[in-house]
Amino acid sequence: MNNTPTNLVEVRGLRVVGSSEGRPETTIVHDIDFTVARGEVLALIGESGSGKTTIALSLMGHARTGCRIAGGSIRVGECDVRALLPDALASLRGRKVAYIAQSAAAAFNPARTILDQVIESALIHRTMSKAAAQAKAIELFRALALPEPEQIGKRYPHQVSGGQLQRLLAAMALITDPELVILDEPTTALDVTTQIDVLQAFKRVVKELGTTAVYVSHDLAVVAQMADRIVVLSDGAIREVGSTAQILHAPAHAYTQALIAAVMPTPRGARPEARAAASADERPLLEVKRLVAGYGKVDAKGFPAARVLDDVDLVIHRGKTVGVIGESGSGKTTLAKVIAGLVPVASGALLLDGEPMPTRLNRRTKEQFRRIQIVFQNADTALNPVHTVERILSRPLAFYHGMKGERARQRVAELLDLVRLPAALATRRSGELSGGQKQRINLARALAAEPDLILCDEVTSALDTVVGAAILDLLADLQRKLGVSYLFITHDIGKMRAISDDIVVLYSGHRVEAGDRAALCAPPFHPYADLLISSAPELRTGWLDEASVRCHGELPPIGARAEHSELCTFLGRCPLRVDGLCNTTAPARRQLSNGAEVLCHRTELDLTALQQIPALREGTVV
Amino acid sequence: MPAPHSPAPSGGGGSIPPALGKRAARRMPSLSLSGWIGAAMVALALLVAIFGPWIAPHPEGAIVTQDVFAPFSAHLPLGSDYLGRDMLSRIMYGTRLTVLLALAAALFAAVCGTALGLLAAVAGRAVDETMSRVLDAVSSIPTKMFALMIVAAFGSSLTLLVLTAGISYTPGAYRIARSLAVNISALEYVQVAKVRGENAIYICCVEILPNMIHPMLADLGLRFVFVVLLLSSLSFLGLGVQPPYADLGALVRENIAGLGDGAPVVLMPAIAIAILTVGVNLLIDGLPGRGKRLRLRRAAEAR
Repeated sequence: MNNTPTNLVEVRGLRVVGSSEGRPETTIVHDIDFTVARGEVLALIGESGSGKTTIALSLMGHARTGCRIAGGSIRVGECDVRALLPDALASLRGRKVAYIAQSAAAAFNPARTILDQVIESALIHRTMSKAAAQAKAIELFRALALPEPEQIGKRYPHQVSGGQLQRLLAAMALITDPELVILDEPTTALDVTTQIDVLQAFKRVVKELGTTAVYVSHDLAVVAQMADRIVVLSDGAIREVGSTAQILHAPAHAYTQALIAAVMPTPRGARPEARAAASADERPLLEVKRLVAGYGKVDAKGFPAARVLDDVDLVIHRGKTVGVIGESGSGKTTLAKVIAGLVPVASGALLLDGEPMPTRLNRRTKEQFRRIQIVFQNADTALNPVHTVERILSRPLAFYHGMKGERARQRVAELLDLVRLPAALATRRSGELSGGQKQRINLARALAAEPDLILCDEVTSALDTVVGAAILDLLADLQRKLGVSYLFITHDIGKMRAISDDIVVLYSGHRVEAGDRAALCAPPFHPYADLLISSAPELRTGWLDEASVRCHGELPPIGARAEHSELCTFLGRCPLRVDGLCNTTAPARRQLSNGAEVLCHRTELDLTALQQIPALREGTVV
Repeated sequence: MPAPHSPAPSGGGGSIPPALGKRAARRMPSLSLSGWIGAAMVALALLVAIFGPWIAPHPEGAIVTQDVFAPFSAHLPLGSDYLGRDMLSRIMYGTRLTVLLALAAALFAAVCGTALGLLAAVAGRAVDETMSRVLDAVSSIPTKMFALMIVAAFGSSLTLLVLTAGISYTPGAYRIARSLAVNISALEYVQVAKVRGENAIYICCVEILPNMIHPMLADLGLRFVFVVLLLSSLSFLGLGVQPPYADLGALVRENIAGLGDGAPVVLMPAIAIAILTVGVNLLIDGLPGRGKRLRLRRAAEAR
């Protein structure tokens, strides 16, 4: 395939316009020129609204509802995509150009088995017989490193994990041997630990089959692993095109430079000298002691059916940031909701300034409410769409401080200034604000209460990289000015290190490691923390291969689990597990010399030794 | 990446919900053609309902001709009824009664349903379950049977008719309101209000209610149509509005004898009912955010 000199894809002067009902058309992307050589992986990278998906879809001759391709030429192989009739387009799609969507869960029909759906397009396009298609699908499952390749096709979509489903979606796309595969943010919805498996499988298949691919993503670090060349987009226009190495090491355009700067977070939190100043005997602002909480029916002992948090301790000091990290389902959001009083506590205690604080919302005093504020991840649903910014911000002022009229208006302007927004925004509603502005308003609403502690639940996750970095800066700045403490919840180890003084690692409701920022920069770690850290994509080519070797090797064999409720929860995925120990006895809390506390059977020496080896290799490769 | 779709069931559905005044201005041109036709039909019915007594050519009960079931003429544009009364005037007064009764009953159902729905969303599981099951039981009684029972037991009066129709349609409104309120109360701005320490009344009235008012208004329109049909059929059976008053259903019944003579007057009140109900339906379907309303409608009709 690679010896064909011509480009497989040629896009010239592409323009896509869109309109909403009753309004003039606006240009979404314009003057797009790029080519993809056969066997090449081209990445389209940009923030939300940059037009990357629009461009990718236009390669299939498709425009989303309300949009249309208004100009330019698109050539895929021999086809002029824009000149194709609907019939010919249908045979182009799925046969020559395949599409892998972001949400695999939405792409599969839950009522049919996976194999039927994977081979469907081969049957529709009549490229092979059913038996041949099934054999090919199983071959693809094997190539994509899916477990039990012969059997997995007989399952239904809900019976496999999210990462597996995403790989099955890739098999579905590849079944007809398409000339071009479009991957649209295929790993964005996955946890980092899962993402790495999926990326590795994609990369191997693309390499083995010599497939030409267009990889759409907002994540530069992920793209660096997959792509040969990168097209940087913003506001519907191409900013820069170059080889991956050139974009990463010598970005020419200012926008690309900003993007790369935002990906590498620099520490922002309180500086070490401030830490030293805080005396050891000072009473912590908030203490969480042996917390157990969850959802579902409560049994006779008062414990819920689904325990989301189990025996979690946490200490937050004044003016400090505690980061909580873990993958989805680890209980990090529940922890914030428990502290806020939204989720009932089964056992354990909350101490605010050393005083016990009621765990139930309706027993708390107004003062306790005021001192703890929460900022949610999804800025879109965190602001009431019918209220103006001014009304949203003045409510806590009136509620906690009895501020009304002109004074409240002044304070709203001050608050807007504090979060670096123009005062003119006060009359707007949430629908008229951008994502970053909404998150700043959320923050301003929390600040209006003049709280001691702000619970930040994934506050930057829904935002673009550059906007998210600005919010992190703002948080650090506010902490310096106001001395407020944060509980910063995230799944992103980079952001965590950038802002946190202390870090807590949660895994399925257990606190597996707690330590300061420095403790999570070098081994020894808890094995899960190690997995998390080494799974976070790094902005250099070759990271994926190293990381795969480092944390995705064969797991050591282990015998049957003993009937013991307190066994290590990470046992099933742990690369350092010990047969006869981990599967029979509960792990103990262990203090490491760097001040961190881990929940593991392995000794510090073991952990250090086993985690150092790949780190050494890392040094030699780079 | 597709823009995250706001799950908040705000009325506009567009990306920019401006001030209410601006919103109305923006809405007007986006009404579809059938929406405009519906709006015209509803406006006609409302004008007649409000100004009927002043614009009607004759008093409601006045016998103006000896010629019963008279055909259309310049003097009697819609002919005369079985007693020789002017049909146009009768329909004007009848429309007034039908619209007022149905509006009162539909408002009763919507207000009760919304209030109970909000209560269910904030009061916790036990209250929610109890209330939902009780209202399920109420809605399992066919509305016409329920109305017949009430009329048989207590006789027929205008107040009772309004209450009967209102109670029959409360469970439907409750279900819609409850599902809207439960969805909204799971949203983060409501959670933030809870964490702020706000009481349930504030959360209901300030945070939740404004976001469900638009779908509830659409629901009110649909329920109005159902009530018009219920009251008309009750009156047609002789159990609804009693003489000397007459609503549109009663007018059909009074003049049913004219059917044998081929008198056109008997059709006139039926056409008036059709204009009113079809008009409201067209108007609601023509409003923007049609998908949402179709869902609502299906939910309302599914019961």
